[in-house]
Amino acid sequence: MRVFLLASAIFTWSVSAHAETKAIINGTVHTVTESGVLTNATVLIEDDMIVAVGNDVDVPDDATVIDAGGRPVTPGLINVFSKIGLLEVGQVNAADDYSFSGAPFSAAFDVTPGLNPESVLIPITRVDGVTRAVTIPSGRGAVFAGLGAVVHLGVTDDMVVKDKAAQYSAFGGRAADAMGGARGGLAVFMRQAFEDALHFDKNRRNFDQNRTRDYVLHHLDLEALLPVLYGEISLVVDVNRASDMRVLIAMADDYNIRMVFNSAREAWKVATDLAEANIAVIIDPSNNLPTNFDNIYATQDNARLLYEAGVKTIVATTSFNDLNNPRNVTQLAGIAVANGLPFDAALAAITRNPAEVFGIGDDFGTLEVGKEADVVVWEGDPLELVTLPTHVFIKGELMPMDNRQLRLRDRYKDLNNETPMQYR
Amino acid sequence: MRRVLLAATAMVAVWSLTADHSASAQTEMSAAGQLLASVNRDPYPSTYAPRSAPVTALVGATILDGAGGLVENGTVIMADNKVMAVGVNLSIPDGAAVVDAAGKWVTSGIIDIHSHIGIGPVPNTGASGDVNEATAPNTAQVWTEHAVWPQDPAFGRAIAGGITTQHISVGSANLFGGRTVVVKNVPARTTQGMKFPGAKQGLKMACGENPKRVYGSKGGPSTRMANFAGYRAGWYDALQYQYDWDLYDAKVQKGDPAAKPPKRDLKKETLALALSGEILVQMHCYRGDEMALVLDMAKEFGYHVSTFHHAVEGYKVADLLAEAGTCGAMWADWWGFKLESFDGIRENIALVDAAENGCAIVHSDSNVGIQRLNQEAAKAMAAGNRIGLNISKAHAWTWLSLNPAKALQLDDKTGSLEPGKMADVVMWDGDPFSVYTKAERVYIDGVLTYDRDDPEKQFLSDFEVGYAKQGDLK
Repeated sequence: MRVFLLASAIFTWSVSAHAETKAIINGTVHTVTESGVLTNATVLIEDDMIVAVGNDVDVPDDATVIDAGGRPVTPGLINVFSKIGLLEVGQVNAADDYSFSGAPFSAAFDVTPGLNPESVLIPITRVDGVTRAVTIPSGRGAVFAGLGAVVHLGVTDDMVVKDKAAQYSAFGGRAADAMGGARGGLAVFMRQAFEDALHFDKNRRNFDQNRTRDYVLHHLDLEALLPVLYGEISLVVDVNRASDMRVLIAMADDYNIRMVFNSAREAWKVATDLAEANIAVIIDPSNNLPTNFDNIYATQDNARLLYEAGVKTIVATTSFNDLNNPRNVTQLAGIAVANGLPFDAALAAITRNPAEVFGIGDDFGTLEVGKEADVVVWEGDPLELVTLPTHVFIKGELMPMDNRQLRLRDRYKDLNNETPMQYR
Repeated sequence: MRRVLLAATAMVAVWSLTADHSASAQTEMSAAGQLLASVNRDPYPSTYAPRSAPVTALVGATILDGAGGLVENGTVIMADNKVMAVGVNLSIPDGAAVVDAAGKWVTSGIIDIHSHIGIGPVPNTGASGDVNEATAPNTAQVWTEHAVWPQDPAFGRAIAGGITTQHISVGSANLFGGRTVVVKNVPARTTQGMKFPGAKQGLKMACGENPKRVYGSKGGPSTRMANFAGYRAGWYDALQYQYDWDLYDAKVQKGDPAAKPPKRDLKKETLALALSGEILVQMHCYRGDEMALVLDMAKEFGYHVSTFHHAVEGYKVADLLAEAGTCGAMWADWWGFKLESFDGIRENIALVDAAENGCAIVHSDSNVGIQRLNQEAAKAMAAGNRIGLNISKAHAWTWLSLNPAKALQLDDKTGSLEPGKMADVVMWDGDPFSVYTKAERVYIDGVLTYDRDDPEKQFLSDFEVGYAKQGDLK
């Protein structure tokens, strides 16, 4: 019932004629900017924007006031390795839209038409403070898996913040297996795909008249690779072995591609090279096992060592078992801190850094004037295991703290109640 | 039906005769020529014996004893591989190695009741993977211990997470997967060198989707109906097997020279021993309604389910589990990775625990998760406290320690810091319910087996030699 009322209130805000103002006062505000952490500070939200952050903020009389009581206030979090909106439940193929095969193209696969803003995963994730995500394709053996999208997790019909936000690929032992076995072949294929895309773009008329040479990819894929080659979007490459990263660094340099390395378990071994090449990495800091011969040097110190070398580091839930738990990105950031990453760097790794890398840094990722109002008030340390948000704002709207799991819990928390579960 | 009833009667009789399963009793029964006595129960015996360790005192810590107790500013003394004393202001024996544990937390060692380390090792390749004998829905004849690779690097990672005992189990592809094994998380050359002395084996069984998925197009089962038909057929076969041997034994007893022993059947033998309780039934099961049916099946055949593993819907039948004396071994928050896990909630562990006589266990089923089971317990505790269950840290530690020890029937040996028990002890650099806390020292049977500050007390598996050095970053 309370939830219903909240939802009504949100509706009222959105239709009101004048600006709706909300003030979070007495917060320990983690700005994730050079201003650092402000105590007893206010975050002022007008409609969907942050309009003031600081200690001397005038709160308008008609503002809805939330007293943080000294507790932490952070930007909304983002998890850049997710299937949110594409994955409803694992192993039920018809309910899942993140992997794709069987057509002659793969790089052109765009996840966006598959997005479902009604997914139960969305409210389950956002009540834990994750307000945005990058939702990504999984290639089934294709060298280029397709295009991911940046989404927000608000109550909405349109969750897309930025479609075609990045292209996805993989390089390493398993990726090479899918291409015939050897990395040497895979590298040739990737370079040829880039050459072909550039050639295609310069010879479109000839292509339409069947007067071009053979291409290694479908023309839709060549088209999809052009934004990568023209530096408009990143190529996120799943890669773990240090030597593979060196190969890719050279490739990125040759083609002026902005690469991001995902998983990157041995990234610490090439940290200096990564920093020099300005390549960001997405890691799960808990990965420390030699799960295959690409990961022999996996270590929980990865995050710390990358940070120390000046590599822009993003923390995300990159393991398969975490697909339904993108909310656990806070725990992973905490594990990075436990292994030496400074707290502020860990918070940046799930807010500002990913926002910048995925091209939404102007709107999201920090608490400062002019950003969209994704703001979270926490019970305590946001990276701790026993704390959760008390308030979550997405684009200025206060989210209902409700989801399917909480309703199931309430159905069953008293097994002695005589009302059958189905009526509760 | 009549035959089955007879068999059951005969079985009860035999099992009352063999109630004493000590080695001497087995030898005697062997002489009598009875199958269940003449069977060598322990053909691959544990060779593990703890090295001698100095008397050690951890002084000034916050202690979680694993049985629900908390001691502030307390001391744990270990001697002769056992816990000698736990308390405040203890007098420390002369010559003891004294460790300043001020500001630290000391707990009983963590027992992971659901591990595949050693049989699903890293590197994870087809050549190394031995988790599921997915060739038939009933492979009760296979034994986990025949595939445990003691050099799995994951053993070394697990000990850095405070794991002192693991129950390693075949996978969940099959209705009857095979026998499980309990090991101490110690460095060893052989699997026998890790086997927990005196621990019972388990029988791994599986509900629901996995057997359906694996065998649906391979002759079945393709439905949950056939899953149950398969379990029941297996149990009846075991009863018949028992009966055939009873008849033979009776003939031998009478001096019948024509008595011919039935053929030994390793599959039925495992099931017969599970029915008797000599092997503990460990069952993978997600849905509450299925767990309720399994508990009725256990009554039908007179056996006991030790633990439902995963039990993602344990909260829906927490009362039924508690009544049956069956534990739930669960994740803190895994859900939705298949349909039968779609209803997973974060309060599951706390709600299974909250039932009167409830037995909740935090398990990993993961060589990553096993490194931080303390963190999983923290999340589960927090979820329970949010709905007013008032769970203390000391109580939540029972989910990691005494409860799994009980489920494995090892609570007289380990699972809590009580004098006389194995000195399986972890010293943490802070509150183990914090994400920032790490294990600093791990003692197994009083032997310092892991020390974060001493590279020589850190595992380097054979596999890693030549890549990494002792004490390298992991």
